[in-house]
Amino acid sequence: MIRQDYNRIDPKRRSTLDHKKKQFATPTYKQQEYPHRLNLYEIPPTAEITLEQFEQWAIDRLRILAELEACSFRNKTLTETAAYITPLLQKWLPLHSNSSSSAGAQDENLKLERQKDHYSHFILRLAFSSTEDLRRRFARIECSLFKLRFQNDDARERQAFVESLQLDWEVVSEEEKRTLATDLQNATPGLRKQEVEEGGWFKVDFETVPELVESRRVFLKRGKAYVPVREQMSMVLAGFNERVDKGLELAARALPRLDEDDRLTPILNHLSRNFATPDSTLSDSDSALPGAPINAASIDHLSQHFPLCMRNLYMTLRKNSHLKHFGRLQYTLFLKGIGLTLEDCLIFWRQAFKLITDDTFNKEYRYNVRHAYGEVGGDATRRGRGYSPFSCQKILTEHPPGSGESHGCPYRHFSADNLTTLLQTTGVNDRDVLRGVKEDVEKKRYHIACNRVFDWYVHF
Amino acid sequence: MPHSTVTDPVAPSSPTEEDSVLPDAPPHAVDEVKEEREEADENEQEDGDTIREAPKADVKLEDIFNDDDEDDDEFSSSGAATAKVESSPPAAPLQLAPAAKYTDPEVMLAFYQRLFPFRYLFQWLNHSMKPSNDFGHREFAFTLQNDAYLRYQSFPTGDLLRKDILRLNPSRFEIGPVYTANPRDRKTLRKSTAFRPIAKELVFDIDLTDYDEIRTCCDKANICHKCWSFVTMAIKVVDAALREDFGFEHIMWVYSGRRGAHAWISDKRARNMDDQKRKALAGYLELIKGGAQSGKRVNVKRPLHPHLARSLDILKDHFQRDILEDQDPWAEPQKAERLLQLLPDKALNDALRKKWDTAPGRSSTSKWADIDALAKSGASKTLDGKALLDAKQDIVLEYTYPRLDVEVSKKQIHLLKSPFVIHPKTGRVCVPIDTRRLAKFDPLGVPTVTELLGEIDEYDGRDLREEGEGKKAQDYEKTSLKPYVDYFRSYVAGLLKDEKGVKREREDDDAMEF
Repeated sequence: MIRQDYNRIDPKRRSTLDHKKKQFATPTYKQQEYPHRLNLYEIPPTAEITLEQFEQWAIDRLRILAELEACSFRNKTLTETAAYITPLLQKWLPLHSNSSSSAGAQDENLKLERQKDHYSHFILRLAFSSTEDLRRRFARIECSLFKLRFQNDDARERQAFVESLQLDWEVVSEEEKRTLATDLQNATPGLRKQEVEEGGWFKVDFETVPELVESRRVFLKRGKAYVPVREQMSMVLAGFNERVDKGLELAARALPRLDEDDRLTPILNHLSRNFATPDSTLSDSDSALPGAPINAASIDHLSQHFPLCMRNLYMTLRKNSHLKHFGRLQYTLFLKGIGLTLEDCLIFWRQAFKLITDDTFNKEYRYNVRHAYGEVGGDATRRGRGYSPFSCQKILTEHPPGSGESHGCPYRHFSADNLTTLLQTTGVNDRDVLRGVKEDVEKKRYHIACNRVFDWYVHF
Repeated sequence: MPHSTVTDPVAPSSPTEEDSVLPDAPPHAVDEVKEEREEADENEQEDGDTIREAPKADVKLEDIFNDDDEDDDEFSSSGAATAKVESSPPAAPLQLAPAAKYTDPEVMLAFYQRLFPFRYLFQWLNHSMKPSNDFGHREFAFTLQNDAYLRYQSFPTGDLLRKDILRLNPSRFEIGPVYTANPRDRKTLRKSTAFRPIAKELVFDIDLTDYDEIRTCCDKANICHKCWSFVTMAIKVVDAALREDFGFEHIMWVYSGRRGAHAWISDKRARNMDDQKRKALAGYLELIKGGAQSGKRVNVKRPLHPHLARSLDILKDHFQRDILEDQDPWAEPQKAERLLQLLPDKALNDALRKKWDTAPGRSSTSKWADIDALAKSGASKTLDGKALLDAKQDIVLEYTYPRLDVEVSKKQIHLLKSPFVIHPKTGRVCVPIDTRRLAKFDPLGVPTVTELLGEIDEYDGRDLREEGEGKKAQDYEKTSLKPYVDYFRSYVAGLLKDEKGVKREREDDDAMEF
């Protein structure tokens, strides 16, 4: 593994070292101990492991992460996810608490489990640090894994773990607690009077608990947030999140040093490619997809087979002869994804916007389409082939449509009535299907609703 | 080239050409004064860098640069103004002032040259007297007279900013974040990730158009004193939350020139917040969500969060006076129906409806009082007093709580119009609002650029007659812009003082470690 210098020597002091001697001194690493089940992954592993272990551990963790991500795609609740993931975790990445063994943290099996957790995290961190997109996804899923484990942890051990973190928390004095009692009670929903008086409170900078601040669930005074013990999870999570983000950033910078390495690099590449499956990515081959070639004129005909979000965009486009920015982007990337060439795509948009002049089109829209295809903009060596088509995840969670906009996912962003009307206009008139869709949407299972309609089309 | 505009701050333009005269446009009518101006403009176009060194022959050099005794060199002093008298008829500016339009490039130029407080703007953004990256790596964006938009402008010092603004004469300009590198060099960086924003003032934007569904007096871009009270309320609530809850101290409110206000928070802690934290803060302050169609728009949990309880306390009085009396939002029956929608008890609603139907034209104040009166008289058996009180509180909040344009606050990279620029549609200066005298602030009394230039001429005319010796007044001091610039200066001084303290503390800390 790559060694990172967390504690760089102060430049003033460095001069006193004898470089000639120091340079070849054998590095001494602190041997890793795992007193707690949970780990903030601050210190990279230093012991040697075999290449097989390197790959196997990473693959095991990757399995879990992929399942976790799938759960979030399917909008499962936290309890559903926990129920689904727990057996998988037992199988691939078990992590037992100290109390599970008579020897406590000294138990050899526990050590091994924790070592595997530790190493696999760092291997994947390296594998997923190469692009911004991968980094963001990795951080998100690692956080949900951590959250899951944190919640399931034994209460006493969790407390010990939190205390070992030495976070910058100031304890609110009894006196201050008494003077602020009403405010604390009112600001923190779901807390009984007794808990307010007897429970512990921490004073932290409000920046450390953005979630609580945003939803107005915490008392603020002069820049300090008064957080009850119960909410410590969100703070620990924030701390974890921050460390992973920072770690990924560092790993990304260190990655080029591996360029010459022919043992690890192929494994890392392989790992990160596998992770990419749930997200739709454009195939690298330039050859056309099988089937009849798609051109600007065939979109009209093909649109009846599009998923509802794209169908909706298509219909809006035909109705208004215009789409707003995010609608254009979502649709352009979809067209790109199904194999429409840039030239045809430009023809398509030019014809679709029939109310505007060539001049306006060239000035205001042409660039964006070319940009989406990676023809222009940014750094030529980095833009690659432009953006990938939006995944459902992205469409569901990012940029909800505002007034006059028609991008997004109809299952999620339409009211129930409007959704039914839209489905009926696209020819879905089976009552069972419509009812099923309605139920799915109520449970926030937008994917399943979409699949249901697709199934119906296929069997129709 | 101070003299060119000084000679004639308001162009002798006829109404037909007032919009179209660009600095280098061909002259329509060749009179003496105008010719001189055109010539000067050509100078400016050709070599912007040597403007100052090219005074007209008939003006003595010392007259232009005679402000040695003053430290504020960005305000051309009246010395230059006295010099002009030889070359132009003294009465001309006065007589032309009302006719000239504020969009006239000449007027803009004169404003930047003589009135815009560049020095304090620099100190405000730089957080110290000595030029630093806080200013040097800061993005400015100019909107030019031809509506071209220039982004990623940056300047090492306030003087250079001033020079470029005089050269380009933008109709307005905006302030962006401080970047990791100089914005002008962003394309020369090897890695695109090396160029990213690192700091910006936390900003808030209040716009009266967001109140259109509840204000009855005006709509769209129009405002009057009645609806300005919405902004007053918003400022009080947000200002209190920022100070008491978040502990910010350096908060400046700026009139946006037409129908709203901006807040700029310059505390170091606020400047360094990333987008996620900004989003959290905006979420904390945002209460009214959803569109006009989404029914009851305020549904807050009980007990009220201390921030909301305090806000309600601030807003209660305003609700009586500014909403019920001035806005009278439920005067008409269909609007009163909206009020009933927000109340929880059906039987009470029926009783209210009946009462109001028999007395058309009943005022909102009376209707609001009716709710309690009928509730007490037992018009409804099922009435839940707590639910009614909560609903009434929600209504007060819905009609008074600040409606912020939160997107502006969430992103570091958001550009916001600079204080003291001219609003292109109204000609009013975007002046800071002194929150200590918030209730007295009159948006319709904010000086317009043409008024200000007229005031300078009037003052100079008077001054000339009296021939008073002594310290020469700076141009802004001759006008009604003075109190605003003075406020800005003292605000910036306060900021600089604190910032100095922060720096020293930090240095001390460093020293302790060894």
